[in-house]
Amino acid sequence: MKTIVCIKRVPDTEARIKIGGDNTSVDAAGIKYVISPYEEFALEAALRMKEAKGGEGEVAVVTVGEASSAEQLRSALAMGADRAVLLKGQPTIDGLATARALAEEIRGASPDLVLLGMKAVDDDQQQVGPMLAEMLGLPCVTVVAEFEVQDGKVVCHREIEGGVEIVECALPAVVTVTKGKNEPRYPSLKGIMAAKKKPLEEREAKLGPSRVRVQSLSYPPDRPAGKIVGKGADAVPELVRLLREEAKAL
Amino acid sequence: MPNILAVVEQRDGVLRRVSFEAVTAARRIADVVGGEVHALLIAASGGAALAPELARYGADKVLVAENDAFKLYNADGYTAAAEAAARGKDYFAVLFGATAAGKDLAPRVAARLDLPLVSDATVLEVQSNDLVITRPMYGGRAFAKVTIDAATRLVSIRPNVFAPQESAKAGAVENVTVPAGNWRVKVLEVKAAGGGKMDVGEASIVVSGGRGLKGPENWHLLEELAAALGPGAALGASRAVVDAGWRPHGEQVGQTGKTVSPQLYFAVAISGAMQHLAGMRSARTIVAINKDPEAPIFKVADYGLVGDVMEILPRLTEEVKKLGVSH
Ligand SMILES: Cc1cc2nc3c(=O)[nH]c(=O)nc-3n(C[C@H](O)[C@H](O)[C@H](O)COP(=O)(O)OP(=O)(O)OC[C@H]3O[C@@H](n4cnc5c(N)ncnc54)[C@H](O)[C@@H]3O)c2cc1C
Ligand SMILES: Nc1ncnc2c1ncn2[C@@H]1O[C@H](COP(=O)(O)O)[C@@H](O)[C@H]1O
Repeated sequence: MKTIVCIKRVPDTEARIKIGGDNTSVDAAGIKYVISPYEEFALEAALRMKEAKGGEGEVAVVTVGEASSAEQLRSALAMGADRAVLLKGQPTIDGLATARALAEEIRGASPDLVLLGMKAVDDDQQQVGPMLAEMLGLPCVTVVAEFEVQDGKVVCHREIEGGVEIVECALPAVVTVTKGKNEPRYPSLKGIMAAKKKPLEEREAKLGPSRVRVQSLSYPPDRPAGKIVGKGADAVPELVRLLREEAKAL
Repeated sequence: MPNILAVVEQRDGVLRRVSFEAVTAARRIADVVGGEVHALLIAASGGAALAPELARYGADKVLVAENDAFKLYNADGYTAAAEAAARGKDYFAVLFGATAAGKDLAPRVAARLDLPLVSDATVLEVQSNDLVITRPMYGGRAFAKVTIDAATRLVSIRPNVFAPQESAKAGAVENVTVPAGNWRVKVLEVKAAGGGKMDVGEASIVVSGGRGLKGPENWHLLEELAAALGPGAALGASRAVVDAGWRPHGEQVGQTGKTVSPQLYFAVAISGAMQHLAGMRSARTIVAINKDPEAPIFKVADYGLVGDVMEILPRLTEEVKKLGVSH
C-alpha cells in the first residue's frame, strides 16, 4: 500500500494576519507556520493505516512550496512519514495550478491512495483535491471524517449536510480529509532524530502562471460595538424585543 | 453573448435557497454585461417542473439534466452534467453555490474545463467588463478582491449572502444530454441526522453551544430554542464540544469547521476564541449568552446577555414561542 499525503505550509490558525506593503499578500514576519490542520489528520490516518499493517507499505508527503516548506516536510517525516518531496515554487490562490504541479509528481509515483486536507486554511479555496483527482483520472471522495481500506477499495464516511454518507470506490483513489476521531500525533524526539536521515527530494514545481489575480487584500470590517442587554433571565424579553424591532432578525 | 450560467441545487425535488441566490447573483451580472441567465438544474426525471421557480428569479433559460440517478448528489454524474452544459458555451461566468455539494462539484468541473475556480464569494461586482470577486481568506481574518484571467469565470457563492430577488424572465426549458459514464463512487448508505435538517453552513439562524453547557444532556435546551425559531434554524457547536464528543464535527463552526453567515447567530456558553470567531463573524446579527462578562465573544456580539444559560435558555425559548416566528 502506497499512500501520498499532500501537505501545505500555512500560517498558524492563531496568527495575527498582517497585510503586506504590496496590499496583495500577507506579511510573513513574525508568523509561525504549520502544516495545515486537516492535512495533519490526513497524515495521521495514513500512518495509522501503515501501523495497522505491521509497518508494511509507504507513506510519502509532497508539498508545493518555497524552500521554507522543507520545515513542514521535516515535521511530517518526524511524525512518521517515510519520504518527502518538495516541489519548489510559489503556490498561489489558483488551485488548478497547484493541482497540476501535484499531478505531475504523483502520476509517476502510482500510489494506491492520495490524501489531501479538505481545505488549506490560508486560501480556503477547498478545491485542490477534486481537481487533482480529475487530472489523475481517479475517483475522489471529499470531506471524509473516517475511512477504511479493504480488498482494493476504500470505504469513506463523508460529512454531508445534516448527516453522514457512506460511500465506496475502488483504489487508486483520492480522498480529502476532515477532522475525525484521531488526534494527530506530536513528533517524538526519536521521530525528530530519525527524520534527519529520511529522504527529502527537491524538484522544480511545474506550476505555470496563476490565472487568479489578487487585486487587493483588506481586513474584515470591524463589527460595531454591541451592547450588553442585561443580566439573567429577566433580560430575555428585552433581548427578544431588540432582536425583533431593532435588528429585525426575528 | 456574455451569458451567465447558474448551477442550481435541488434535494429530493425541492430547490434549495442557494439556487435562488445563485440565479439572483447571475441576473445582476447579466444585467450589466448584457447577456442571458441560464440556470442548470440537475435532477431526477420530472425535475423540469421546477423551472418556473427559477424563471421567477431571473432565469431566461432553464437547462435541465434529468436522470433518476440525480435525485441525490453524486459526484461523477453531476460533474458530467455540468460539464455537458458548460463546455464550449463561452459563458462569461458560471456560478455554483458553495454548499457541501457545490464545493465538491465546482472543482471537478473546473478541472474538466481547465478553468480556474474562485470559492466562497461574498461580493460580485462587474468592473470594466470583468468580474471582481470578494472572498474571505485565512478563516475570515482577511478579505481578498480577485479577478480571473479566463474568458469563463468559475465562482462559487457563499450561501446566505446574496439575498434572492425576484425578476421574472421566460425560463424556457432546454434539455441537456448527459453522456453515459462510469460513475465510480457508490453511495452505500446515508445516515441523516433527521429528515430535512438544515445544515449549519446554510441555515439563516444558527444556535451554537459551547463547553459552558456542561454536557450533551443539556443540548435539548438548544434544540428547543432552534425548534422555536423555525425550520430555518440549525444547531452549531464550538470545537471544545466536538472534541469532547458531545456533538458531531459536521456542526462545528470555526476555522477547522464550517464558516457560516446566517442572519442571526446565537453563541451560547462559547468563550469566543479566535478560531471560533473566524467561522461566524460575518453573521448579520450576533447574540452572545455567557456568564463571564469579560468573555471575548461579547466583543463581536451585537447583543449580549450575562448569566447562566441553564436559566436563560428556557426563558428565551418561551419568549420566542410567544412571537410565533417562523423562518
Ligand atoms: C488549530 C486550531 C483550530 C481550531 N478550530 C476551532 C474551530 O473551528 N472552532 C472552534 O470553536 N474552536 C476552534 N479551536 C479551539 C478554540 O481555540 C477554543 O478552544 C474553543 O473555541 C473553545 O470552545 P468553547 O468556547 O466552547 O469553550 P471555552 O473556551 O471553555 O468556553 C466556555 C464558555 O462558557 C461559559 N460558561 C460556562 N458555564 C456557563 C454557564 N452556566 N452559563 C453561561 N456561560 C457559561 C464560560 O464563561 C466560557 O466563556 C481551534 C483551536 C486550534 C488550536
Ligand atoms: N501547495 C500545496 N502543496 C501541497 N498540497 C497542497 C497545496 N495546496 C493545497 N494542497 C492540498 O490540497 C488541499 C486543499 O487545498 P485548497 O484547495 O487550497 O483549500 C490541502 O488541504 C492540501 O492537502
